Amino acid sequence: MAHAKNHDYHILPPSVYPFLGATAAFLMLFGAVAWISGGFTTFFGSVELPGGPWLFLIGFVGVLYVMFGWWQDMVAEGNGGVDHTPVVRIGLRYGFILFIISEIMFFVAWFWAFFKQALYPMNEFPGSSYEIPDIHAVDAFNLPLMNTLVLLLSGCAITWAHHALVHENNRRDLIAGLAIGIILGVFFTGLQAYEYWELLTYEGWSFGGDIFYGAFFMATGFHGAHVIIGTIFLTVCLFRAIRGDFTPQQHAGFEAAAWYWHFVDVVWLFLFFAVYIWGQ
Amino acid sequence: MADAATTGHDHDERSFFTRWFMSTNHKDIGILYLFTAGFVGLISVAFTVYMRMELMEPGVQYMCAEGARFLGGIGAEDCSPNGHLWNVMITYHGILMMFFVVIPALFGGFGNYFMPLMIGAPDMAFPRLNNLSYWMYVAGVSLGVVSMLAPGGNGQLGSGVGWVLYAPLSTREAGVSMDFAIFAVHVSGASSILGAINIITTFLNMRAPGMTLHKTPLFPWSIFITAWLILLSLPVLAGAITMLLTDRNFNTGFFTPANGGDPVLYQHLLWFFGHPEVYMIIVPGFGIISHVIATFSKKPIFGYLPMVYAMVAIGALGFVVWAHHMYTVGMTLNQQAYFMVATMVIAVPTGIKIFSWIATMWQGSITFKTPMLFAIGFLFVFTVGGVTGIVLAQAGIDRAYHDTYYVVAHFHYVMSLGAVFCIFAGTYYWIGKMSGRQYPEFWGKVHFWLFFIGTNITFFPQHFLGRQGMPRRYIDYPDAFALWNWWSSIGAFIAFASFLLFIGIVFYTIFAGRKIEENAYWGEHAETLEWLLPNPPPEHTFEELPTQEMWDRQPHH
Repeated sequence: MAHAKNHDYHILPPSVYPFLGATAAFLMLFGAVAWISGGFTTFFGSVELPGGPWLFLIGFVGVLYVMFGWWQDMVAEGNGGVDHTPVVRIGLRYGFILFIISEIMFFVAWFWAFFKQALYPMNEFPGSSYEIPDIHAVDAFNLPLMNTLVLLLSGCAITWAHHALVHENNRRDLIAGLAIGIILGVFFTGLQAYEYWELLTYEGWSFGGDIFYGAFFMATGFHGAHVIIGTIFLTVCLFRAIRGDFTPQQHAGFEAAAWYWHFVDVVWLFLFFAVYIWGQ
Repeated sequence: MADAATTGHDHDERSFFTRWFMSTNHKDIGILYLFTAGFVGLISVAFTVYMRMELMEPGVQYMCAEGARFLGGIGAEDCSPNGHLWNVMITYHGILMMFFVVIPALFGGFGNYFMPLMIGAPDMAFPRLNNLSYWMYVAGVSLGVVSMLAPGGNGQLGSGVGWVLYAPLSTREAGVSMDFAIFAVHVSGASSILGAINIITTFLNMRAPGMTLHKTPLFPWSIFITAWLILLSLPVLAGAITMLLTDRNFNTGFFTPANGGDPVLYQHLLWFFGHPEVYMIIVPGFGIISHVIATFSKKPIFGYLPMVYAMVAIGALGFVVWAHHMYTVGMTLNQQAYFMVATMVIAVPTGIKIFSWIATMWQGSITFKTPMLFAIGFLFVFTVGGVTGIVLAQAGIDRAYHDTYYVVAHFHYVMSLGAVFCIFAGTYYWIGKMSGRQYPEFWGKVHFWLFFIGTNITFFPQHFLGRQGMPRRYIDYPDAFALWNWWSSIGAFIAFASFLLFIGIVFYTIFAGRKIEENAYWGEHAETLEWLLPNPPPEHTFEELPTQEMWDRQPHH
């Protein structure tokens, strides 16, 4: 640099990750179409693509590699102690809150579809020959209630870890809270998988065939995917905490993970009350 | 003072790959956006010329099932219509223009380049993420092109379902083309959401010292509001097209009545995104037009605060009017009445903007440079489009106009003319700043007049066609509609010629234009911060943050 910067913002050196990431995303989605369609010919018959997940997996690995490398760079910048000035940390927080807002709007679409089929089912439309199938409903106060408690407890553990870090810089409680939160998160995913398995095997549910199943599995399934992502995010934070990262003043990564976890919590509460209790 | 604050590298040591593929520089990424959008725009405009060739005369002359033709008169007698090719043309013209041309040019291009400069920020808040937005946009364009060339419906290439991808047409379209189109929209949506996060954070967190929200220039404001529209509406579209994808491939039945689904649900989800989408297209243009009109009227913008809050109001109202696109789907009367009234309310903030622009010019000392011509042209065409919008907002009248050429004329007046006039105004206004060379004024004016006359000849007669009852999205029409279709095609050819001229002007300017030394080459009334910088600005700008005297003409406020 010929001239030194004289401000607190973070000016980044060039990085190849965005380009790689977009290329990998293209490969992944191109491969996804090849996979679900079972292969096709394109470009005026000149390219013949076989079915199978290979292209998708190559792209997916590429995306994972970019995520790993990119966030490794970010962690290093954070730990370096120079780049992440207070104003940059505020920016990171703004950015993450905005990301969560966009995620909320994504779930709005799935709730919209759910409420549409629940409030205005097609069998009520004049001339419709559709009949609501006989669906053996989930008992909301059985497994789903347990899952609600598991996820809320997990959120409590993360908040405990957060307070331990911010108020006392208590590393032991930070690590313990994170570990408990993660274990409960994994437990939630396990219970949810068990519920799916039971519904599909014993209760006669299927993924397709009726909008009720579609709305149920896509809404709870996307929530489940977010739980898994959040669990991974928290696990990264756990390893960072064990390594000695995060100070009471500087822990934007951990804070983002905690916010994300609470967002997943709240979405679950809406799912629980709407899809499970009210939708029975 | 300005020099001390803005000097950076005089020469560039970055390699080509490092500069353009690994960029973390908002100005370079803005340039990339502008050129890519221009290239995709050329493809998309070429489609329209082909469509207008076909519509020039009754009967099908070019899009034949025996093979597409580009020259008339050759074997015209044995041509059986290829409706799929026609449907593919309208579909990809719409998808490319909506997702891959106008928003990337205004929001990605000018937004990236000038929003940080105008607020005195050294770069965007997340420079790497910025580049991811750009490359995901390129990935989206690539998936869109693949979609066009992949096996689709009717045993041919591409999807012919219209840009809105309405179910059940889109859920039943054969082949893989539709799946690629869905992923293309997913990727471009992710790109836009990341861009929106970046813009909002930059705007909130990185304004120059002393630049309160009520002192921030109008273009950054317009980009900020656009970013909110993107952030809140695009994820809903992502959900809707994910439902399309699972309906197509896993039989989830969201939009299939036999499975308890409802095609109208798709329309609601689509337009909950789609209406904010049209404001994402036009609101950044509002910002550009405000600066251009103030500069060339040699007056500050009239009613700055009302202008800001009019944009905020337009953005907010954009979320509560979506179903005026679907009056004919069988909504209750109360729903139609609500959406009708809510829609007409938007005329109020829009009127505030139009009259404030006119009041800015009032008693100003106006110079008619090319950007100003485009800005005044914008006022005319946007007002025409706005007035026909009020007509279409009436649920009763819409019974007659729905899916006619009246609608086509209306939305092309606000987008194809309104938003594109803004892109051209911005390009001529800032090309000297971005390239260091000035465009040839005479040819700029020729471009304006050709484009203004061409587009008006194209779209004004379409109002008449719509009133005569000519429906949208057909390859052919009865002889009764021949006259105005012929004129519309003539206009399209003129507009296309002007677009080619524009491309010529851009490349002439970049490589052989007159060099401009003066930073504020439009005079002292171009008073935002980018005019303190050299042409083109150095790699890193505002390494020393600007002080309030550099941009604030009314420090006592």
